Amino acid sequence: MASKNPTKIIAEPGKQELFIVREFEAPRELVFHAFTEKDILVQWIGPREMSMRYEKFDLSEGGSYRYIQTSSDGMEFAFHGVCHEHTPPERIIQTFEFEGLPEKGHVALETTKFESLPKGRTRVTVQSIFQSVADRDGMVQSGMEHGVVASYERLDELVETEKIK
Amino acid sequence: MRRDVFQAIADPTRRDIISLVARNSMTSNDVAASFDVSRQAISKHIKILMECGILMIDQQGRERYYSLQPKKLAQVAEWIEPFRTMWEDKFNRLDDILRKFKSNKHGK
Repeated sequence: MASKNPTKIIAEPGKQELFIVREFEAPRELVFHAFTEKDILVQWIGPREMSMRYEKFDLSEGGSYRYIQTSSDGMEFAFHGVCHEHTPPERIIQTFEFEGLPEKGHVALETTKFESLPKGRTRVTVQSIFQSVADRDGMVQSGMEHGVVASYERLDELVETEKIK
Repeated sequence: MRRDVFQAIADPTRRDIISLVARNSMTSNDVAASFDVSRQAISKHIKILMECGILMIDQQGRERYYSLQPKKLAQVAEWIEPFRTMWEDKFNRLDDILRKFKSNKHGK
């Protein structure tokens, strides 16, 4: 369902960081829960066109995670990181690395903040700091591939519904 | 060398020139007067911005006024858009999950 809460991406040119900002119609404790519970995360954190599973999931401080996303044609994409801070319901700090890059070691530092807003609402701000501008831009550009795949899938759905008619 | 909008906005001085010229079209002297760097440096940045298609020239008598090509900058927003849409898609699904949680709570 479409939301009246816009998703904002702030990626200033020439910088190594990007921000993702979004507000939710739910209290902070609940939103924090949805960002830190394995069974809930798998339902939304992956791109729509992929299924996803956690191979490791320990978000306590010093713990680590690894998850794998599988596309409909069987391609697997793995991601992992370690957890630096876990402060419910305020803040999570983790590292993040995509294992599919040509070389190892392109790690990002992700800080996710949960702010309480009036009327039981919550603002989430994710700040990702990359090792270089190129790493950041590469991450943003990976959205293009997802976007293309997702829109093709939506096109497929449309074609299917047209057929049924 | 790369000459596109991303090259244009990669440098902080060029970003400042863009926001100056966005408000008023101005000569290169006017632009240089607003900065603490040499005229030559400003000329070089203006040249790059021209090559990137960000600035255009309006010749008025002997003076050349630089102004902004706003369509070019729109490309930057378009670059981010697929990434934004991907996240929006995820967050919309999260909205549905949160809504269910809230109604379950009320139901019990």
